[in-house]
Amino acid sequence: MFLRAVIQEEPFNAQSETARIRDFSDKIGGIVSFLGVVRDLNEGNEVKSLFLEHYPGMTERQLEEIARAACDRWNVLAISIIHRIGRLHPNDDIVFVGVGSEHRAEAFMACEYIMDYLKTNAAFWKKEQSVNGSRWLVTRDNDLKAANRWTSDSVSPDNEAEY
Amino acid sequence: MIRVLLFSSLREELNRSLIEIPACGISDVSCLIQKLEESQGKVWGCILRGENILIAVNQIMVHDNQPITDGDEVAFFPPVTGG
Repeated sequence: MFLRAVIQEEPFNAQSETARIRDFSDKIGGIVSFLGVVRDLNEGNEVKSLFLEHYPGMTERQLEEIARAACDRWNVLAISIIHRIGRLHPNDDIVFVGVGSEHRAEAFMACEYIMDYLKTNAAFWKKEQSVNGSRWLVTRDNDLKAANRWTSDSVSPDNEAEY
Repeated sequence: MIRVLLFSSLREELNRSLIEIPACGISDVSCLIQKLEESQGKVWGCILRGENILIAVNQIMVHDNQPITDGDEVAFFPPVTGG
Protein backbone atom coordinates (compact mmCIF):
# COMPACT_ATOMS: atom_id res chain seq x y z
CA MET A 1 0.00 0.00 0.00
CA PHE A 2 1.28 3.44 -0.93
CA LEU A 3 -0.11 6.27 1.18
CA ARG A 4 1.14 9.83 1.06
CA ALA A 5 -0.45 12.92 2.68
CA VAL A 6 1.50 16.15 2.41
CA ILE A 7 0.78 19.78 3.28
CA GLN A 8 3.10 22.33 1.70
CA GLU A 9 3.41 25.95 0.59
CA GLU A 10 5.30 25.09 -2.59
CA PRO A 11 3.57 24.24 -5.87
CA PHE A 12 3.30 20.55 -6.76
CA ASN A 13 3.43 18.71 -10.05
CA ALA A 14 0.23 16.74 -10.55
CA GLN A 15 1.73 14.76 -13.43
CA SER A 16 4.71 13.53 -11.45
CA GLU A 17 2.42 12.64 -8.53
CA THR A 18 0.28 10.59 -10.89
CA ALA A 19 3.42 8.89 -12.21
CA ARG A 20 4.52 8.14 -8.65
CA ILE A 21 1.20 6.31 -8.08
CA ARG A 22 1.47 4.47 -11.41
CA ASP A 23 5.02 3.35 -10.69
CA PHE A 24 4.16 2.02 -7.23
CA SER A 25 2.77 -1.29 -8.47
CA ASP A 26 2.25 -3.21 -11.70
CA LYS A 27 -1.13 -4.27 -10.29
CA ILE A 28 -2.47 -0.74 -10.77
CA GLY A 29 -4.84 -0.69 -13.72
CA GLY A 30 -6.31 2.77 -13.28
CA ILE A 31 -5.59 6.06 -11.59
CA VAL A 32 -8.23 8.67 -10.78
CA SER A 33 -6.97 12.07 -9.77
CA PHE A 34 -8.61 15.30 -8.71
CA LEU A 35 -6.92 18.67 -9.03
CA GLY A 36 -8.45 21.61 -7.19
CA VAL A 37 -7.60 25.05 -8.59
CA VAL A 38 -8.19 28.63 -7.33
CA ARG A 39 -11.12 30.19 -9.22
CA ASP A 40 -11.06 33.85 -10.30
CA LEU A 41 -14.71 34.36 -9.34
CA ASN A 42 -16.39 33.14 -6.15
CA GLU A 43 -20.02 33.94 -5.35
CA GLY A 44 -19.81 37.01 -7.56
CA ASN A 45 -16.57 38.29 -6.02
CA GLU A 46 -13.54 38.80 -8.22
CA VAL A 47 -10.85 36.90 -6.30
CA LYS A 48 -7.40 38.47 -6.06
CA SER A 49 -5.89 35.82 -3.79
CA LEU A 50 -6.64 33.15 -1.21
CA PHE A 51 -4.85 32.58 2.07
CA LEU A 52 -4.96 28.99 3.35
CA GLU A 53 -4.30 28.14 6.96
CA HIS A 54 -4.13 24.74 8.71
CA TYR A 55 -3.59 23.25 12.17
CA PRO A 56 -0.03 21.87 11.99
CA GLY A 57 0.08 18.28 13.18
CA MET A 58 -3.66 17.74 13.38
CA THR A 59 -4.45 18.41 9.72
CA GLU A 60 -1.70 16.05 8.47
CA ARG A 61 -3.09 13.30 10.71
CA GLN A 62 -6.65 13.96 9.53
CA LEU A 63 -5.59 13.56 5.89
CA GLU A 64 -3.92 10.25 6.71
CA GLU A 65 -7.04 9.09 8.56
CA ILE A 66 -9.25 9.99 5.58
CA ALA A 67 -6.89 8.09 3.25
CA ARG A 68 -6.88 5.06 5.57
CA ALA A 69 -10.69 5.12 5.78
CA ALA A 70 -10.81 5.05 1.97
CA CYS A 71 -8.40 2.06 1.98
CA ASP A 72 -10.61 0.22 4.46
CA ARG A 73 -13.64 0.81 2.29
CA TRP A 74 -12.29 0.08 -1.18
CA ASN A 75 -9.64 -2.15 -2.60
CA VAL A 76 -7.17 0.53 -3.64
CA LEU A 77 -3.39 0.25 -3.95
CA ALA A 78 -2.09 3.81 -3.77
CA ILE A 79 -3.31 7.14 -2.44
CA SER A 80 -1.56 10.50 -2.63
CA ILE A 81 -2.97 13.70 -1.13
CA ILE A 82 -1.20 17.05 -1.43
CA HIS A 83 -2.75 20.23 -0.05
CA ARG A 84 -1.17 23.65 -0.33
CA ILE A 85 -1.25 26.38 2.31
CA GLY A 86 -0.28 30.04 2.37
CA ARG A 87 -0.98 32.65 -0.30
CA LEU A 88 -2.47 31.39 -3.58
CA HIS A 89 -3.75 33.17 -6.67
CA PRO A 90 -6.34 32.40 -9.36
CA ASN A 91 -5.28 29.45 -11.49
CA ASP A 92 -2.90 28.11 -8.81
CA ASP A 93 -3.28 24.45 -7.84
CA ILE A 94 -4.65 24.00 -4.29
CA VAL A 95 -5.16 20.29 -3.82
CA PHE A 96 -4.30 17.00 -5.51
CA VAL A 97 -5.87 13.65 -4.69
CA GLY A 98 -4.75 10.63 -6.69
CA VAL A 99 -5.92 7.06 -6.21
CA GLY A 100 -4.60 3.98 -7.97
CA SER A 101 -6.43 0.65 -8.01
CA GLU A 102 -6.77 -2.49 -10.08
CA HIS A 103 -10.12 -1.40 -11.52
CA ARG A 104 -11.40 2.10 -12.14
CA ALA A 105 -14.64 1.98 -10.15
CA GLU A 106 -12.86 1.79 -6.84
CA ALA A 107 -10.43 4.56 -7.72
CA PHE A 108 -13.28 6.85 -8.80
CA MET A 109 -15.19 6.28 -5.58
CA ALA A 110 -12.23 6.49 -3.24
CA CYS A 111 -11.06 9.74 -4.87
CA GLU A 112 -14.50 11.33 -4.51
CA TYR A 113 -14.82 10.08 -0.93
CA ILE A 114 -11.42 11.54 0.02
CA MET A 115 -12.27 14.95 -1.48
CA ASP A 116 -15.72 15.02 0.18
CA TYR A 117 -14.20 14.31 3.60
CA LEU A 118 -11.20 16.56 3.07
CA LYS A 119 -13.51 19.50 2.34
CA THR A 120 -15.69 18.96 5.41
CA ASN A 121 -13.40 17.35 8.00
CA ALA A 122 -9.78 18.41 7.53
CA ALA A 123 -8.64 21.50 9.45
CA PHE A 124 -8.03 24.01 6.64
CA TRP A 125 -9.46 27.52 6.43
CA LYS A 126 -9.55 29.83 3.43
CA LYS A 127 -9.53 33.61 3.53
CA GLU A 128 -10.45 35.25 0.28
CA GLN A 129 -9.08 38.60 -0.85
CA SER A 130 -11.31 40.11 -3.51
CA VAL A 131 -11.92 43.55 -4.94
CA ASN A 132 -14.58 43.87 -2.21
CA GLY A 133 -12.12 43.26 0.67
CA SER A 134 -11.24 40.11 2.56
CA ARG A 135 -13.42 37.47 4.24
CA TRP A 136 -13.11 34.00 5.74
CA LEU A 137 -15.09 31.55 3.64
CA VAL A 138 -17.86 29.45 5.19
CA THR A 139 -18.58 25.76 4.62
CA ARG A 140 -20.97 25.24 1.73
CA ASP A 141 -24.14 23.21 2.35
CA ASN A 142 -23.46 21.24 -0.83
CA ASP A 143 -20.09 20.13 0.53
CA LEU A 144 -21.74 18.89 3.74
CA LYS A 145 -24.41 17.07 1.71
CA ALA A 146 -21.71 15.48 -0.45
CA ALA A 147 -19.87 14.13 2.61
CA ASN A 148 -23.11 12.94 4.24
CA ARG A 149 -23.95 10.79 1.21
CA TRP A 150 -21.27 8.32 2.27
CA THR A 151 -23.02 7.62 5.58
CA SER A 152 -26.64 8.08 4.51
CA ASP A 153 -28.87 5.05 3.87
CA SER A 154 -31.08 6.89 1.40
CA VAL A 155 -28.47 7.63 -1.25
CA SER A 156 -25.47 5.38 -1.38
CA PRO A 157 -22.70 6.02 -3.88
CA ASP A 158 -21.43 2.54 -3.10
CA ASN A 159 -21.26 0.43 -6.18
CA GLU A 160 -19.54 -2.88 -5.94
CA ALA A 161 -19.63 -3.60 -9.68
CA GLU A 162 -16.33 -4.30 -11.38
CA TYR A 163 -16.02 -2.50 -14.69
CA MET B 1 -0.86 24.98 32.13
CA ILE B 2 -3.48 24.55 29.44
CA ARG B 3 -2.34 25.62 25.99
CA VAL B 4 -5.18 27.26 24.04
CA LEU B 5 -4.89 27.69 20.26
CA LEU B 6 -7.16 29.82 18.10
CA PHE B 7 -7.42 29.52 14.33
CA SER B 8 -8.81 31.40 11.37
CA SER B 9 -11.55 33.97 12.11
CA LEU B 10 -11.42 33.24 15.88
CA ARG B 11 -7.75 34.22 16.00
CA GLU B 12 -8.56 37.50 14.27
CA GLU B 13 -11.67 38.26 16.34
CA LEU B 14 -9.85 37.63 19.64
CA ASN B 15 -6.51 38.94 18.38
CA ARG B 16 -4.57 35.97 19.80
CA SER B 17 -3.29 32.73 18.30
CA LEU B 18 -2.09 31.21 21.58
CA ILE B 19 -2.82 31.72 25.24
CA GLU B 20 -1.67 29.61 28.19
CA ILE B 21 -3.71 29.53 31.37
CA PRO B 22 -3.16 27.66 34.67
CA ALA B 23 -4.94 24.29 34.72
CA CYS B 24 -5.96 24.71 38.36
CA GLY B 25 -9.73 24.41 38.76
CA ILE B 26 -10.38 23.60 35.09
CA SER B 27 -12.16 20.27 34.71
CA ASP B 28 -13.49 20.39 31.16
CA VAL B 29 -13.67 22.57 28.04
CA SER B 30 -16.73 24.56 29.12
CA CYS B 31 -14.95 25.31 32.39
CA LEU B 32 -11.93 26.50 30.39
CA ILE B 33 -14.18 28.86 28.38
CA GLN B 34 -15.57 30.21 31.67
CA LYS B 35 -12.02 30.89 32.92
CA LEU B 36 -11.03 32.57 29.65
CA GLU B 37 -14.14 34.74 29.85
CA GLU B 38 -13.24 35.79 33.41
CA SER B 39 -9.58 36.51 32.66
CA GLN B 40 -9.72 37.84 29.08
CA GLY B 41 -13.15 39.45 28.81
CA LYS B 42 -16.76 38.59 28.03
CA VAL B 43 -16.15 38.57 24.27
CA TRP B 44 -14.12 35.36 24.69
CA GLY B 45 -17.12 33.57 26.14
CA CYS B 46 -19.46 34.89 23.45
CA ILE B 47 -17.17 33.80 20.63
CA LEU B 48 -15.96 30.45 22.00
CA ARG B 49 -19.53 29.38 22.84
CA GLY B 50 -20.65 30.23 19.30
CA GLU B 51 -23.03 27.75 17.67
CA ASN B 52 -20.66 26.46 14.99
CA ILE B 53 -17.40 26.58 16.91
CA LEU B 54 -15.38 23.36 16.76
CA ILE B 55 -13.16 22.14 19.59
CA ALA B 56 -10.13 19.82 19.58
CA VAL B 57 -8.32 18.55 22.67
CA ASN B 58 -4.83 17.24 21.94
CA GLN B 59 -5.76 17.43 18.25
CA ILE B 60 -8.84 15.19 18.56
CA MET B 61 -12.31 16.65 17.88
CA VAL B 62 -14.44 16.77 21.04
CA HIS B 63 -17.52 18.41 22.62
CA ASP B 64 -17.38 21.07 25.32
CA ASN B 65 -17.97 18.53 28.10
CA GLN B 66 -14.60 16.91 27.31
CA PRO B 67 -12.47 16.60 30.48
CA ILE B 68 -9.07 18.32 30.31
CA THR B 69 -5.98 18.18 32.47
CA ASP B 70 -2.71 20.01 32.99
CA GLY B 71 -0.57 19.99 29.83
CA ASP B 72 -3.47 19.57 27.40
CA GLU B 73 -3.67 21.51 24.14
CA VAL B 74 -7.15 22.87 23.40
CA ALA B 75 -7.94 24.39 20.01
CA PHE B 76 -10.99 26.39 18.94
CA PHE B 77 -11.85 27.02 15.30
CA PRO B 78 -14.73 27.63 12.88
CA PRO B 79 -16.03 25.01 10.41
CA VAL B 80 -13.36 24.00 7.91
CA THR B 81 -13.15 25.24 4.30
CA GLY B 82 -10.26 23.39 2.64
CA GLY B 83 -10.06 21.70 -0.72
